[in-house]
Amino acid sequence: MELYKLTIHEAHEKLVSKEISAREFTESVFSRIDKVEDKVRSYLTLTKEIAFGQAEKVDRKIASGEKIGPLAGIPAAIKDVMCVEGVRTTCGSKILENYVPVYTSTAAKNLLNEGIIMTGKTNMDEFAMGSSTENSRFFPTRNPWDLERVPGGSSGGSATAVAAGEAIFSLGSDTGGSIRQPAALCGIVGMKPTYGLVSRYGLVAFASSLDQIGPFTKDVRDCAITLNYLIGHDPLDSTSVKIDKPDYTKALSDDLKGVKIGVPRELMVEGIDPKVREAVENALEVFGKSGAIVAETSLPNLDYALSAYYIIAPAEASSNLARFDGVRYGYRVPGTEDLMDMYMLTRAEGFGDEVKRRIMLGTYALSAGYYEAYYGQAQKVRTLIIRDFNRAFEEFDVLVSPTSPTTAFKIGEKIDDPLQMYLSDICTIPVNLAGLPAISVPCGMVDELPVGLHIIGKTLGEEMLLKVAYSFEQNFGWNEKPAL
Amino acid sequence: MEYESVIGLEIHVELDTESKMFCNCSTRFGEEPNTQTCPVCLGLPGSLPVANEKAIEYVIKSGLAIGCDISLYSQFHRKNYFYPDMPKNYQISQYDLPLCINGHVDLDMDDYETRIGVTRIHLEEDTGKLIHVGGAGRIAGAEYSLVDFNRAGVPLMEIVSEPDIRTPEEAKVYAQKLRAILISLGVSDCSMEKGSMRVDANVSIRPKGSTEFGVKTELKNLNSFRSLQRALTYEIERQKKALEEGEVIVQETRHWDESKNRTSILRTKEYAHDYRYFPDPDLVPMQFDSSWIESLKAEIPELPDERKQRFIRRFGLPAHDANLLTATKAMGDFFEEAVSIYAGDPKAISNWILGDLSYYLNTENLEIDESAITPKHIVEMLKLIDNGTISGKIAKEIFPEMFETGKMPQAIVEERGMTQISGEDEIAKIIDTVLAENAAVVQEYREGKERAFGFLVGQAMRLTKGRANPQLVNKLLREKL
Amino acid sequence: MAISEKDVKHVGWLARLALNDAEIRKFTQQLGVILEHAGKIAGLDTENVPPTSHAIPLKNVLREDKLGVCLTPEAALLNAPEKENQAFVVPKIV
Ligand SMILES: [Zn+2]
Repeated sequence: MELYKLTIHEAHEKLVSKEISAREFTESVFSRIDKVEDKVRSYLTLTKEIAFGQAEKVDRKIASGEKIGPLAGIPAAIKDVMCVEGVRTTCGSKILENYVPVYTSTAAKNLLNEGIIMTGKTNMDEFAMGSSTENSRFFPTRNPWDLERVPGGSSGGSATAVAAGEAIFSLGSDTGGSIRQPAALCGIVGMKPTYGLVSRYGLVAFASSLDQIGPFTKDVRDCAITLNYLIGHDPLDSTSVKIDKPDYTKALSDDLKGVKIGVPRELMVEGIDPKVREAVENALEVFGKSGAIVAETSLPNLDYALSAYYIIAPAEASSNLARFDGVRYGYRVPGTEDLMDMYMLTRAEGFGDEVKRRIMLGTYALSAGYYEAYYGQAQKVRTLIIRDFNRAFEEFDVLVSPTSPTTAFKIGEKIDDPLQMYLSDICTIPVNLAGLPAISVPCGMVDELPVGLHIIGKTLGEEMLLKVAYSFEQNFGWNEKPAL
Repeated sequence: MEYESVIGLEIHVELDTESKMFCNCSTRFGEEPNTQTCPVCLGLPGSLPVANEKAIEYVIKSGLAIGCDISLYSQFHRKNYFYPDMPKNYQISQYDLPLCINGHVDLDMDDYETRIGVTRIHLEEDTGKLIHVGGAGRIAGAEYSLVDFNRAGVPLMEIVSEPDIRTPEEAKVYAQKLRAILISLGVSDCSMEKGSMRVDANVSIRPKGSTEFGVKTELKNLNSFRSLQRALTYEIERQKKALEEGEVIVQETRHWDESKNRTSILRTKEYAHDYRYFPDPDLVPMQFDSSWIESLKAEIPELPDERKQRFIRRFGLPAHDANLLTATKAMGDFFEEAVSIYAGDPKAISNWILGDLSYYLNTENLEIDESAITPKHIVEMLKLIDNGTISGKIAKEIFPEMFETGKMPQAIVEERGMTQISGEDEIAKIIDTVLAENAAVVQEYREGKERAFGFLVGQAMRLTKGRANPQLVNKLLREKL
Repeated sequence: MAISEKDVKHVGWLARLALNDAEIRKFTQQLGVILEHAGKIAGLDTENVPPTSHAIPLKNVLREDKLGVCLTPEAALLNAPEKENQAFVVPKIV
């Protein structure tokens, strides 16, 4: 049996019943990595030694009869934007090519404390800026369903690792769709929790008011399990919310009687590939079968979300990325005359074009004379978008849309047209602006490529969100895997 | 033409909290380089700030102490600019929503009083320290520089005055008064030497009577109250001369060179920063309720102005004395401690503090709590005068030794054999000698020349090297004549 | 309000990014297109709309003034490109 194909909940039972050992499980995943990594290139760093050390610990625990949690012994990959002490963390950037953190991010720590087996750090668009993982300064990652195509981004490596069987689950970060869009393009489940639910401490910031860590999993149950251990108030993150930790697996039920599902018309028309729209429309019929009420709704200011996002996110990024200056860590151009030269050349060489574009865009939007027109106005638009969502949620429990307007596109197809690339996130971006939770679940295929259904929940409405996603998954019954 | 100067001060004060503004690192001064850092204050990727409650309290208390309005809603902004002592290349600071606004400090200038407005007080984080290698330690000419981040992230309060200050003297008194207030509050040790209090001055001049502002220059490197006053005096003269010679004043930052006694250009406005302030998304807004602010108000101890009034009321001091004695917390404390162990006239203590002690402190450039002289010294000395052991003149003579060595006055007097001669027999003998040696003067006195009496007293004092009790000399001399 | 090559140069300086002439031309064009799209929001009436800087409205998240554990100087300087005497080295500033 190929253990790497197991889900978290399947593997947990086998580990507890001693049918398999964490070591065997880890071996299976690493031999899968050996087999397919050359093709998809999910990983920037493999941490095989650490992984086997962790597996041994879990096995000892099991052998001694100690109770293990649901994540113990589960091989998982971590996006290379989260710090893990002693493990190179690059953010897909040359400027951090040899950077070794001296502390571990809260999210990774939470999972490591639960006994996960860290397989490695995954490839990503540089500093999480991109929708294709082509902006990695090291190499592009390829979609397991079609190696000529992108896996989406920016958490492309984390998505392909799970889709290709190189990890049982993984962590990503989502600022404008960076978990949900690659999950959709790779045919797996990806979730962005409510802003503040998962600590951002140790997550290298792209846009602080939008960034949120979340899981990539093979199914919705695994997503709920992971979320149980990922969340929690962190005194090190001022934006971390305090809530009583629920058991999200208890929310999983396929009965949606009385649940109201809204379909914002703005997300089903313009810019959405007709075949993708058709796939989503077909998927919606499944909800009817499980007792939910599906109706059209509207988010009138959605049209402005992308514009507001491409001011707010770069503005915050321009400030967040100022610290990469060759003084305390990271790359420094050698042999410069003076400090100014060192700054200018280090950052020019250290950052790739997309990062430079966004830094300049953000710097411009914040600079004297432009602040009100750009940044100030974008923050007001953000208010309007939040109000739109609030209004829709007065009537509906969740909202649905396609996750991505298209299926996976060809490598190189959009790389020279930044605006076209930005449009890949048109459905996911509004959710980040409003801080809402959302999930992407597979909802079929178009031209042999997976399509994702995007479900948006209310603030801290993860339980309802997972319930709807679970019900859909159970009733839709899609179970295809890439032929790698 | 007659000009008047317009001065505004920006005063930065490091707050005396245990831990830094946004992390748990210690704020201790003078430790080995880079021993007080963590991911947050080093600006490591992924780290996040969490604001120190105490620092916010301290700023609000400072605001309350100088009559500020406390903002019920406040926020931190990022101030973006690149500098190697700043770990994130932005400083967490405040912009349009500072913690305190609209305060004032009243100055007693002896012959007039004036009120200096305080525009705002805001809270920010300090930067690290640069050590320049080569080029005599100055930034210009250095080969390279070293960065120590121990100070990076220490809570820093910035107090911005209105341009209400008219003379360098007022500037000095304003800064000193603020210092006294902040030390009384216990929010900072306000040491100019350690850099926990730093003063920048903006200064311009304009024709007297004009209400428009001239072009201002900003003065940096004012490391003491003395250099603040001297730099302003120099700069005002420089601007006057420039205008009189038909030059234009350029808006620029100037460096005060204490040893050369002049300011020189540091940078001009052309390189002005575009700070791109925006609300820090990593920190959430602050909203205070007025009952909490009231509770902070209740914790405010006696401030210099109240203390001054109490000194006048309770100790019967003249306003002038009370004003000077409360100019620093340490001096007021010194005075009060002395008064508490002395039964005599508090004015006598004041005289010695403001007279000889202040003179020697100034000469040595010391603060009152840094000198070897304690209230016990002053009081013991006064008691020696009161009981006739020494004269006031002898007291003045032993003062320098006391100041230098910290020896108690009684011991010095004994060592040097300076106790007063108060035995009637002994003095009578001396007077006899004087009368014998100055028969001609005695004659003059007897003929009615009163001045001759003084000469004879002087001779008696000379013979005893000033140790004779003057009252006794007078009395016995009259009797004998 | 189109962005000019001069603006791009200035922004490059503010952000400490060295740009050659070809890059200035390329970025001016690309940023122009993006800003034109982003400029859509300029027409929206937001007269009485308050700005949102935090989607989840938390307030007063403060910490007690307590000491924690610092990094060792070795850890602090672990990734330093250049160090000397337990401090970070930077090239001459002026
Ligand atoms: Zn620290």
